[in-house]
Amino acid sequence: MYLILVGGGNVGMQLAKKLIGRGHEVLLMEKDSKQAHRLGTVLGEETIFVGDGCEIATQKEAGFNRADAVVAVTGEDEDNLVVCQMAKVVWNVQRVLARVNDPTHEAIFKKIGVDQTVSATSLIFSLLDQQITMDEFIPIGALAKGNIEIVETVLSGRSPAVGLRLRELSLPPQTNIIYILRNEQGMLVGGDTQFMEGDTILALVPSDKADALRDMLAAKH
Amino acid sequence: MNVLIFGCGRTGAALALQLSRSHSVTVIEQNLDAVRRLGAKHDCRVVIGSGIDEDTLIRAGISEADAFFAVTRGDNTNLMAAQVAQINYNVKHICVRVADPNRAEAYRKLGMTCITPALIIAGMMRDWLTETPYEQIDSYNALPAEMEVI
Repeated sequence: MYLILVGGGNVGMQLAKKLIGRGHEVLLMEKDSKQAHRLGTVLGEETIFVGDGCEIATQKEAGFNRADAVVAVTGEDEDNLVVCQMAKVVWNVQRVLARVNDPTHEAIFKKIGVDQTVSATSLIFSLLDQQITMDEFIPIGALAKGNIEIVETVLSGRSPAVGLRLRELSLPPQTNIIYILRNEQGMLVGGDTQFMEGDTILALVPSDKADALRDMLAAKH
Repeated sequence: MNVLIFGCGRTGAALALQLSRSHSVTVIEQNLDAVRRLGAKHDCRVVIGSGIDEDTLIRAGISEADAFFAVTRGDNTNLMAAQVAQINYNVKHICVRVADPNRAEAYRKLGMTCITPALIIAGMMRDWLTETPYEQIDSYNALPAEMEVI
């Protein structure tokens, strides 16, 4: 495949290296000539194109018309957006991918037709978010003067309940799993309901049994 | 009309001052110093921030905007901001300054109103010298055949 990468920062360089290793024909575009020279010594000069990947004349020279994919990985979202958009509408490139630095921009990239966006911020946030919220019991409400709690938890991949059916769990007495949210759909829970990673579980549990329920559903920290 | 102007350079400031005589104008500018171009006394609202940042656009009142001008020095910044205004907020009148004639032409084909200052100046200077009557803006804006890349 002929792959054009725009933006010769760290992301562009490492990506180019990997793709070359996979046997692809790779062209890395970088407008700063000093940086381009540096990249040339690492990746080989034939891989580097010195020029602004946002300009049509440069795009023509770089061979956008025969690229199987264009990947925009500069540090500026507006540059990545225009590169991808021109690759699509001017050069009819089949696959365009963009690095998105500000996650709030992801939506506009999708709307203008960029096939795939990657945001390091979103990625790190979601990983961190999972670490923080998965397996935690979140109190939703209390009944009977606080003697009974309504709790919510998200099952991580390490939860001992994942893969089991409700009937296979020996829930603590007076405890009931009342609802599962799976892929944003609500589900009633029966004996045959199987728990899956990522399920959000709502349960009613007596306060003094909450720890026992937690042991059943949540991975040990 | 409610008018949003992104970029308070010479173009943005001149546009803001002229339109604010009869319209409600909000200027979006990242650089506090640039706002001085509006002078000490002006009728514009100023929002500090970037026009590609939706929070800033919302603060500037994009939801109620009738017109959006993107006139910063950055073509790509202008084009991105204009598309956010168009796609996410459906602003009726959108006008973008695009310095690169070929890039402007590509986005014109997508329906964007792009103004290319270099072509307008060049065309008007040519007509001035040859004493040709000045034409409509579109004829200046159009990409000259000699500059076509594709």
